[in-house]
Amino acid sequence: MKVTDIVEKLELKVFSGHEGLGKEVCGGYTSDLLSDVMGHAGAGNAWITIQSHRNVIAIASLRDLSAVILTCGEKPADDTVAQSNEEGIPLLGTGLSTFELSGKLYALIG
Amino acid sequence: MAMNFEYRVEGGDFTHAGYASSQVKKMLKQLGVESTVIKRVVVCLYEAEVNIVAHAWNGVIIITLDADNILMKLTDNGPGIADIELAMQKGYSTASPEVREMGFGAGMGLPNISANADRFVITSEPGRGTSLEITINLNGNAV
Repeated sequence: MKVTDIVEKLELKVFSGHEGLGKEVCGGYTSDLLSDVMGHAGAGNAWITIQSHRNVIAIASLRDLSAVILTCGEKPADDTVAQSNEEGIPLLGTGLSTFELSGKLYALIG
Repeated sequence: MAMNFEYRVEGGDFTHAGYASSQVKKMLKQLGVESTVIKRVVVCLYEAEVNIVAHAWNGVIIITLDADNILMKLTDNGPGIADIELAMQKGYSTASPEVREMGFGAGMGLPNISANADRFVITSEPGRGTSLEITINLNGNAV
């Protein structure tokens, strides 16, 4: 399933990184601890988090993640948006909680 | 023939944290190094780079690449680590509340490096700084 399909099915907002909407999503990873994601997320995972600063995109890029999904209505910082566009990594958002969004994504692709 | 690269890191500069890791990742990809090996290099280097940003005043990263190994040497000027054994324990961290709020400083960095490196040596002089030497075997598929 592609990022764009997840956006549609989970009614996510696309903040930035539109260039990467065609990326394939292979599973997901839910965490707000950056070293946890660095050590344990898998390539192609969609990362679900409330962390919205630009280092999130650096990690997503270094670990070849397919997208970052901000939960609980979190809005990205301006430099996070800029970095996401530069790296072509979709930065998505939802008003749902981390628990709810993780459950829905799991039901979809888990 | 060995290749050397040098990067400077400023303490507190989270805007550029991960720059060296990103450059090294690109280089290894171009050289055709296996993705599983690149992953381990990236995890080690990013954690070590962020440690300088989060804890030290400044530091230097020297990467030496040859046909067999990548050696990452990170030397910082900073407060150093008084008890390395304690610092190596999962969950132990001296990071500031601001750094923790960003999701760093969970006490996972050094254990992550240790788990991914083929050889990892850490030395420190309290009040002066810390030095890391991380080696990862490239399985003979680079340079």
